[in-house]
Amino acid sequence: MSPLFQQQVPLSLYLLLSAMLFALGIVGFLIKRNLITMFMSIELMLNAVNLSFVTFAHQWHTVFLETHAGPGADAVKGQIFVFFVMMVAAAEAAVGLAIIIAVFRARATLAVDRIDLMKL
Amino acid sequence: MNVSLHLWLIPLLPFAGFLLNGILGRKLPKVLVTTIALLAPLASFAVVLNAAANASGLSLPHVETYGTWINAGLLHVDFTFVLDQLSLVMLLIVTGVGFLIHIYSAGYMAHEEGYWRYFAYLNLFLFFMTVLVLAGNALVMFVGWEGVGLASYLLIGFWFQKTSAADAGKKAFIVNRIGDFGFLIGIFLLLANFGTLSFSDIAARLSANPAWTGGILTAIDLCLLVGAIGKSAQLPLYVWLPDAMEGPTPVSALIHAATMVTAGVYMIARTHFLFDRSPSALTVVAIVGAATALFAATIGLVQTDIKRVLAYSTVSQLGYMFLGCGVAAYSAAIFHLMTHAFFKALLFLAAGSVIHALGGEQDMRKMGGLRKHLPVTFWTMTAAVFAIAGFFPFAGFFSKDAILYAAFAQGGLGIVFWFVGLVTALLTAFYMFRLWYLTFFGESRSPDVHPHESPWSMLAPLVILAVLSVCGGWIGIERFSAFLAPSVGEHPLAGSAQLEIGLSVLAVLVAALGWFIAHRMYHRPKTSDGLAADSPTGYNLLLHKYYVDEIYNLLIVKPILLTSKFLLEWVVDFAILGGLAWLLAGIAQLCGAILQRWQSGNLRSYAAWLALGAAALLLFVLVPWTSVLAGLGIHVGMVGH
Repeated sequence: MSPLFQQQVPLSLYLLLSAMLFALGIVGFLIKRNLITMFMSIELMLNAVNLSFVTFAHQWHTVFLETHAGPGADAVKGQIFVFFVMMVAAAEAAVGLAIIIAVFRARATLAVDRIDLMKL
Repeated sequence: MNVSLHLWLIPLLPFAGFLLNGILGRKLPKVLVTTIALLAPLASFAVVLNAAANASGLSLPHVETYGTWINAGLLHVDFTFVLDQLSLVMLLIVTGVGFLIHIYSAGYMAHEEGYWRYFAYLNLFLFFMTVLVLAGNALVMFVGWEGVGLASYLLIGFWFQKTSAADAGKKAFIVNRIGDFGFLIGIFLLLANFGTLSFSDIAARLSANPAWTGGILTAIDLCLLVGAIGKSAQLPLYVWLPDAMEGPTPVSALIHAATMVTAGVYMIARTHFLFDRSPSALTVVAIVGAATALFAATIGLVQTDIKRVLAYSTVSQLGYMFLGCGVAAYSAAIFHLMTHAFFKALLFLAAGSVIHALGGEQDMRKMGGLRKHLPVTFWTMTAAVFAIAGFFPFAGFFSKDAILYAAFAQGGLGIVFWFVGLVTALLTAFYMFRLWYLTFFGESRSPDVHPHESPWSMLAPLVILAVLSVCGGWIGIERFSAFLAPSVGEHPLAGSAQLEIGLSVLAVLVAALGWFIAHRMYHRPKTSDGLAADSPTGYNLLLHKYYVDEIYNLLIVKPILLTSKFLLEWVVDFAILGGLAWLLAGIAQLCGAILQRWQSGNLRSYAAWLALGAAALLLFVLVPWTSVLAGLGIHVGMVGH
């Protein structure tokens, strides 16, 4: 084993970073009024989740290498899931931005508190 | 002897006619409708004649049972038809007169829209009436009883487009309900006390207990009497019959004069063994009859509608029959029922001929001078008028005389009944001759109408009935009651031949007096009614029929209508239906008001709730609650852990 591997960053730090990013995303979503900022907060939350997926996947990969002859199919499931999330995020970005543009054209504002036409 | 007379054919033939005409009549050609409608009662009449011809060789009563209808515990009812002297007489009247009136109807109703419908109803009536007459137990009789009520309702309201006709039909039906209620209670009491509804079984039970009188039997009798009062239009339930004149005239003749309304009398005669055991109930029957006879006759004095005069006359004559039953002279009552069927059917049919000739005019004030134009109608009607007035030797003389004599011979209260009957005879003669004069004599009071004699299909029944009205009584009450005795029992009278002749002469003299007064007043009619000039107050009271309809309206109809209106509008509609709707709406509104607070429309508050929920879920999943609680001293662990 090379020293580089032995001095790897511990798992908990990755998860801590992921949790911090997710919390930032939630807080941003809750306190911002601008739709685009809220949208970006959602992306932040998605990426925080992605980070924890990748972390766990890497961890499992290591565990498998130590216990088995080679990496199993389970070892890459987390990685694959990240691609799914990115794909959904891309689709969401496409649709969400289109809606945002449509809302802006119609209401000339992006403040969520003022987009409440459906409320009685 | 076990010869079957096929009594079931008697009702079922008209029923087949009803089905054929009722279902297919609209599409069938008129000739075929007429053929079916006339053949059915004719065939039925033929079966009755056949039964009559064979009756002497049989041991009457001849019972035919066609199977069990109800068999439930105590209650056992068969489909039983009984042919005895009483039902034979009644059947001959019903199918015979019924057939004549069918012929007449073919002419009278020829131009009607619902020709087939009319004949279907008429055949249906014959079906139910023959069931009623043939019934061997009270329940089968009740079926016929209700059925004739239905047919009567349908035929009174035949011209249902006319509000008055539809209302009259409803009135007849509803008033009859009151009577039917009494009849039904009577049937229940019979069942409770005898355990059977078969007339012959009840009679046998009674003759086995000769000491059993009064008490519950009086109660049963009075309940049956209520039924008879409703059907036979006696006080106080007579009000439907005059209104029933809204129906076609042949219907008035058949149902509301000759047959159906006599069902009450027939029922009392059929259950005479019950009435014989309760003198007090018999007295009530006689009082009802005598009161009705007099009451209706006084109203008949001043009516101007020719059919209404006849309607009140029918009520009055039915009163005579009740009086006859009430003094236990059942055969006299049935005798009068028979002769009355002849002459009253004739009176109605002749009146129908007059109405037909005048193009629908029923007001006698617009008639007059019709003797020259309608000779056949005039002469047949004359026979009927003399018969109902009780002149010798017309049919009415014999039967009315028999009832009056029986009442007088009873003595005591019977003398009062006799006197009431005699006064009624005077009134009867007066109003019948008033009708006669106003219709046929003097000058025509509608000069621009050109009356024409009716077709032969209408005149032939008139002639036959006229012959019967003249000769129908010649059989004499002695032979008639001897014939009926096995059915209704022997009731020897305490009179003498001299007394009977004396009373008869008196009755004829009284009738002649009535004729004389009518002649004085109406032979050369003045512009106003003779009675009106003499006694305006009494005249108005009579003209408005003692305001009985108004009183009933005020005391019974209005309160019921108001109560039901109140129940409908306030209790059912407002309180129950409205309340339910309000309750449901209120619940929905309340839920909405609560849930509305969540639907703030504030996107970030939604997100906050979402985050909080997720946090709560995480907390629930991640915290080892059992350990925490165990640390607090609470054990909620699962079994086995």
